[in-house]
Order: sequence, then structure tokens, then C-alpha cells
Amino acid sequence: MIFYDYILSPSCYRVRLFAAVIGRRLDLRAVDFHPGQEHRSDAMLALNPAGTLPVLKDDGIVLTESTAILTYLAAHDAPAWLGDDTPVMRARVAQWLAFAQRLTDSAGAARAHDMLLAPGDIDALRAEATTALRELEAALSAARRRGESFLAGNRPTIADIACFPHVALAPDGGLPLDPYPSIRLWMRALRGLEGFIEMPGIHRLHELLPEPGPMPDVIRKERA
Amino acid sequence: MSDQGAMRDHWYPVGMTKQLTAGGRDTLLMGEPIRVYLDNGAPAVSDGTGRSLPVIDRFGHVWTSLGAPNRDLFTIPEADQPGRRLVDVGVCRVRCSPLRAVENFLDIAHFPFVHTDILGSEPHTEVQRYEVEIREDVDEVWATKVKFYQPQAAKSAEGGITTDYMYRVCAPTCSVLYKTCPPKPGEWDVIALFVQPLTETLCEVWPWMALYDDAAEMTDLIHFQQMIFVQDRSVLENQLPALLPLDPGMEIPTRADMTSIAYRRWLKRHGFTYGAQLVAA
Repeated sequence: MIFYDYILSPSCYRVRLFAAVIGRRLDLRAVDFHPGQEHRSDAMLALNPAGTLPVLKDDGIVLTESTAILTYLAAHDAPAWLGDDTPVMRARVAQWLAFAQRLTDSAGAARAHDMLLAPGDIDALRAEATTALRELEAALSAARRRGESFLAGNRPTIADIACFPHVALAPDGGLPLDPYPSIRLWMRALRGLEGFIEMPGIHRLHELLPEPGPMPDVIRKERA
Repeated sequence: MSDQGAMRDHWYPVGMTKQLTAGGRDTLLMGEPIRVYLDNGAPAVSDGTGRSLPVIDRFGHVWTSLGAPNRDLFTIPEADQPGRRLVDVGVCRVRCSPLRAVENFLDIAHFPFVHTDILGSEPHTEVQRYEVEIREDVDEVWATKVKFYQPQAAKSAEGGITTDYMYRVCAPTCSVLYKTCPPKPGEWDVIALFVQPLTETLCEVWPWMALYDDAAEMTDLIHFQQMIFVQDRSVLENQLPALLPLDPGMEIPTRADMTSIAYRRWLKRHGFTYGAQLVAA
């Protein structure tokens, strides 16, 4: 499977992360998205007329939506991640895969604006992203009260993988995650997955060190 | 917003030469709006009143100054050696003081924790003693004999090596590092950080490299450096206080911070205080 990739793209990271977790090897082709705009080159437009990344090519099939690529990889190698157990679970996966696009269009666009100087109305993007994050927080909080830790049930599915990157990287676009305790617990569970890999801006889970004893006096730093 | 002070008369990067268009790029330099554009095929910069600013086209980037620089932009003689590949890494905007972006570039001790398993790894966290000086003849900060164990020092590195570094601050918001070049022992790879100060707490960073590496694709070289810099970005955006403190009273440096101490001392001596605080808040 050939995967056209950009290291700083959260949508590309969805696929790299999922492939790592299920043990699927991808043949990575780095595309000079920034500053080279190679995704708009003739060769890349011939592959994907939408001029977006990522793109997956495999045995006569070309996929250009990251959520479709997740679906394909799961069906191919790890069907449990499709979350097909019950009608409710299956519908929830579909619901959150669609929601992931809202995150791309809001939090993702805010990050691209703040970091790579992409055009956009930053206040409107952050407002849309905040609405989406609050919805996600409410849903995860409700899930926890049902005894579930993930979006579609009590185990992770491709829906969690699809939503995770843009949420974890929201601070890059000026959207702090401090107000969302359920989101932070959910991210922690995902970072703890066997085979988890990082991307720039998303760190691995460091091992918990033993309790150090009484807390020392904390020296507080002041804002300038 | 404090005064631009002595930094006004220095050169700053304001765009990548290859990306210039006649329509131009509207941006900021130390709080003042400027436009960087192509005028009959040549790079040009004007300020908010339409006044033309001085321009230098060097290291793949356009440089300008709001004031009257009394000397040429620095040079990097190693970058002119034949056989090097010149890499325009592209811009990354960071909500931090431009001086903090440079200071972070000078720091080695964070490698194992921020660039884990690439530029450093636990338990190899010790920064051995190195030498720092302010070279009066060229008026630059230099750190030499820096050594650090790195799992993957460069795109071209295979396996862990102890990497030698030299660091150089050659302008208020520019630094160049020289490091062991895995495919060409005896030569140095050159990696520069050119920082455009938009405001005192916002900057655009233009990394640039001159490497000996015949094997890697250009895109892979770009992505390696983008990965490293974006790992630093979230740390930089969370540093407090936002302005770089030049008052030694509030912080207790360690031996590993010698380059940073020299940089801060050099900034203070010259009145390079745009993005700094002189008295602890």
C-alpha cells in the first residue's frame, strides 16, 4: 500500500497512527505540501483531483479521504476496529467519522492558519472548533457515565482514531484543552494504545514515576 | 509594546525568495506593516507608508531593515562550499518572543525530552562541559566543543552517534549551528534558524540548511527539519514569562545553559530588547 504523506498533517497522521496500531506496513511517499505545494502538482492532481492529502493507493484503488482509508485498513486487517457489533455501535462510528470532518474544517483550519499562515477567519474557525469540542466533551462525559471510555463503546474504533489528531493538536490553533476533562482522559487512553506513535505536537505517554512524597513549595511563574 | 531600540538597525528575514510574487506578501516587522514583493523580477520591500526599505537576497530568503544597518548581513562561508544541498524549510509561525525562539535553538538539554529518540534519548541526558565566548572581533556569540549523544542526529544518520556541535548567534534573531555530518566525516552540516519578529510575542521562523546528503529526497530533508521544529513549537508557546527575561535575578541557570546566558548578556549589552523584559515582572 502506497501512502502519500505529510509529516505535519493531522489527517495523514490518522492513517499513520492506525497503521502502527494494527501493525500494517505502509510504503510512505513524502509530499512537499509546505512550502512546495506539491499536492497541487500535475502528478498529484492526476492522482487526486481534489488536491488534498492523504492519498492511499492499493491494487487499483485510490482513496483520498482519510476516514475512508481508515475504513479500508480496518476491513483489510483489523475488522474489530470497524465497530460493527450492534446497530447502535455501527451508527455511532459513522456519526463520529462524519464529525471528524467538522474538526478538520474548524480546529484543523485554525491550526493551519496559526502555524502555516493558511487563509481563514480565525475567530470564526475557533468558534466552530469550540462548539465541536464542547459536543465531544459532552459525549465522552456521557459515555463515561455509561461505563464506556471511547466514542462508540467500550473499546476504541476507527472513529476515535479519526477524531483524535485534530483534538490533540487544537492548542496549536489557539484552542486550549484545559476546559475538557473527559477529552483529556480519552486522549490519555488513546496515547496508551499498544503501538501508539507520535507526530510533532503530540507526545507519547511517559511512564508514571513513583509518588515523590510531600510536594515541595511550588515556585509560581508570573505572566509577562 | 516597547521600543524597537537598537534592533531597528539590523537585518531580518521577511520571506522566502522562491515564494515571492508581484502581488506580494503583507506581513509585520517589529509591529510595523510591510509588504514583500517582486518588482520587475527583483525582491523589494516597502513599509506602511510606501517607503522602500533596504533589501538583501541571501540564503534563499529576503532580508530587510526598518532602520539604517551599519554593516552587511552576516555570511555563512561553509554554505558556499560546492556539493552542499541548500534546503528552504518554509515558514512556521509561533506565538512566542522571537528571542525565545533563538534561545530554544541554542539549547541542547531539551533534546531527550522534546525530540525523544531523534536528537536525544533517556538516559543519555547529560550535557558535557563546553566552551562559550562572545567574539569581540565579529561581535557574535559562539559555543564550541559541544557534544551530545543522538539516536538519529540527521536524516542521513544510521543509528546513534555522539554528535559534535558549534553554535553561533550572528544577529539578534538569527542563529547558525554546525553539527557532525554523518555521510561526510570532517565536514559540518549547517542548520540555520532565521526568525522574523512580527511583534514582541509573535514570530515567523524560517529554518534553512546547507547539508552534505546525496541520498535523501529533498522533501524528506524538509520534513525532518519541520518535524523537529514543530516539536519545539508547543513548548515555545507555553514558556512563561512570554518575554525573555534579561534580569538574572529570577532564574537559576545550570552549566548546560551557558550559551543562553551569553546570548542574554549579549542582547542586554547591545540594547537588543524587543521581545525581552529587563526587570523581572
